[in-house]
Amino acid sequence: MKNLLILGAGTGGTMMANHLRPKLKKSEWNITIIDQYKTHYYQPGFLFLPFDTYTEDQVKKVGGKFIPKGVNYIQKKIEKILPGDNKVELEDETLDYDILIVATGSKIAPEETDGLIGPLWKKDIFDFYTYEGSLALRNKLRDWEGGKLVVHITEMPIKCPVAPLEFAFLADSYFRKKGMRDKVEITYVTPLTGAFTKPTCSTALSYLLKEKEIHMEPDFSVMEVDNDKKALIDYEEREIPFDLLVTVPTNMGDEVIEKSGLGDDLNFVPTDHNTLQSLAHENIFVIGDATNVPASKAGSVAHFQAETLTDNILLYIDGYQLKKEFDGHANCFIETGNNKALLIDFNYKTEPVHGKFPFAGIGPLKLLKESLFNHWGKLAFRWIYWNMLLKGIAIPFVSRNMSFKGKVFDIKKEN
Amino acid sequence: MSVQTIAGVEVNISEDGYLEDMTQWNEEIAKEIAKEIGIELTPKHFEVLNFLREKTAAKETLTIRGVGKSGIVNIKELYKLFPKGPLKFSSRIAGIPKPTSCI
Repeated sequence: MKNLLILGAGTGGTMMANHLRPKLKKSEWNITIIDQYKTHYYQPGFLFLPFDTYTEDQVKKVGGKFIPKGVNYIQKKIEKILPGDNKVELEDETLDYDILIVATGSKIAPEETDGLIGPLWKKDIFDFYTYEGSLALRNKLRDWEGGKLVVHITEMPIKCPVAPLEFAFLADSYFRKKGMRDKVEITYVTPLTGAFTKPTCSTALSYLLKEKEIHMEPDFSVMEVDNDKKALIDYEEREIPFDLLVTVPTNMGDEVIEKSGLGDDLNFVPTDHNTLQSLAHENIFVIGDATNVPASKAGSVAHFQAETLTDNILLYIDGYQLKKEFDGHANCFIETGNNKALLIDFNYKTEPVHGKFPFAGIGPLKLLKESLFNHWGKLAFRWIYWNMLLKGIAIPFVSRNMSFKGKVFDIKKEN
Repeated sequence: MSVQTIAGVEVNISEDGYLEDMTQWNEEIAKEIAKEIGIELTPKHFEVLNFLREKTAAKETLTIRGVGKSGIVNIKELYKLFPKGPLKFSSRIAGIPKPTSCI
C-alpha cells in the first residue's frame, strides 16, 4: 500500500483530494489530508465582510464536509517535513509518504513590520486577510466617523494582488452610500509603480482612481508604522498619516516550510512553473499559494493548477515524464464598486486584454471592462466555490490553459 | 515593444522602458540607462545589479526585503543607491523585467 499525503485542507489541498481519490485505486493508494483547523473559509468573502455585504455565515463552513469519502482526514498540527526520509511529523505521530502534496498556503505576517502590531493594532489598524481582521474592521467601519483612510500593501507577493485595490473601490461606494464620502479621504499606498503596473491595465483602468477620488502613493516601501504620529514611514523618511489604516501585511508561507528547510526567504516552496513539482524533491508537489511560481496567489489559479497537477501525479506514478502544461492562467473578478466589476483573464506571459468570456464574441462576461454582469458573476462565484470548485468539478467552458479565442488585443500605449 | 540602440547595441525595450531579454544586457547599457534616470553607477551598484540578475535567472521572486537580506546592502543603503523606487529603477538598470502585479 502506498501513501499520498496532502498537507493543508484549504482550496488547493481539498481540490487535490477530490481530484485524486477517484483516480487512484483504493487497493493501492491511501490518501491522507492533514490540517489542524476545522473551519474552511471562503477567503474572497473577506473583501465583502467589512462592508456588511456578506455575513459571517456566508464565508465559513466546516472543512470536513468537502473532504471526499475514502480520504483520511487528520486534524493535527504539522510539525515538520523530513524530505530525506519521506516522512511528515505531526504533533504526536509520524507519517510516511510516497508522494507529498504541499498545500499549506500563505498567511499574513504583521510581525515583520515594526510598529504594526502595536497599540493601534485592531483599534485603528486592521487587516482584511484574516476572518478575525475582516470582522473587526466591519465593526470599526460601522460607526467610524471619517478621516484619512489609508489602504496599504506592505510588499509583494501577496495573496489576491487586486484585493487591496478592490477594497479602496468598495470603500468609496460604501461611504457614498452612507452619505459621508466628503468626510473620508482615501489614499492607496503601494510599493509598486502604481495601482496598475501592466501597460494594458494602466491604459484601460486609470480612470477608475480619478472617478473614485482615490489618492495614489506609489513606490512606497514601509519601514515602520509610527503609532504616536499615526503614520506610515518609508526608508526615505516619507510619511503618510492615517486615521484608519487598512493594511495588507507581508505574506509568507507556513512556518512548517521554514522549519523543514523547504522554502525561500518568504517560506514559499521553489516549484517548477509548468509542472508544479518541487525543484528540490521529485516526490514533492506544490499547489496554490504555497508555491513560489510567479502566478497570482488566487483560488482560480489553484483550480487551474489542480487539473495539471492531477495529470502530473498520475504520470509520475506510472514513471512518465511530466507535462509542462501550467501556464500561469488566472481568471479574476475585480470589484469596482457601485455593483460593478471587471473580469481579467491572463497568464505568465499575456497581460489582461479586452474581449468576451467564456464564449468568444458572445460573453456574457466582458474582459477588462466594468459591468453589472461581471459583479453578479463575482457574487455567483461563492456558490461555484462551495459547490463545484472545491469538489474538483471543472467549471464549464473555462479551460486550464488560457484561451486566446475572444480576446481583443486593442489597447495601445498611452502617449 | 520597440527596438532601441543603447550604448551601441540594439535591444528590445518594453512599453515602460525595461529590457525584454536580459541576455542583451551589458554594463555599458546599464550605465546609459542609469544616466537617463540620473544615477551614476558605482561598483556597489553593480553588486546589487548582478545579484538581481542572478535571482531573476534562477526564476526567483525579487523583493526589497530579499535584497536587504542579500548581505550586499541593507534596505536603507539600497534606497540610497537607487532613490525613489529602488526595485523599479534597479530592475530597469539590471535589464530584468519590471516588478508588477497582476493588473
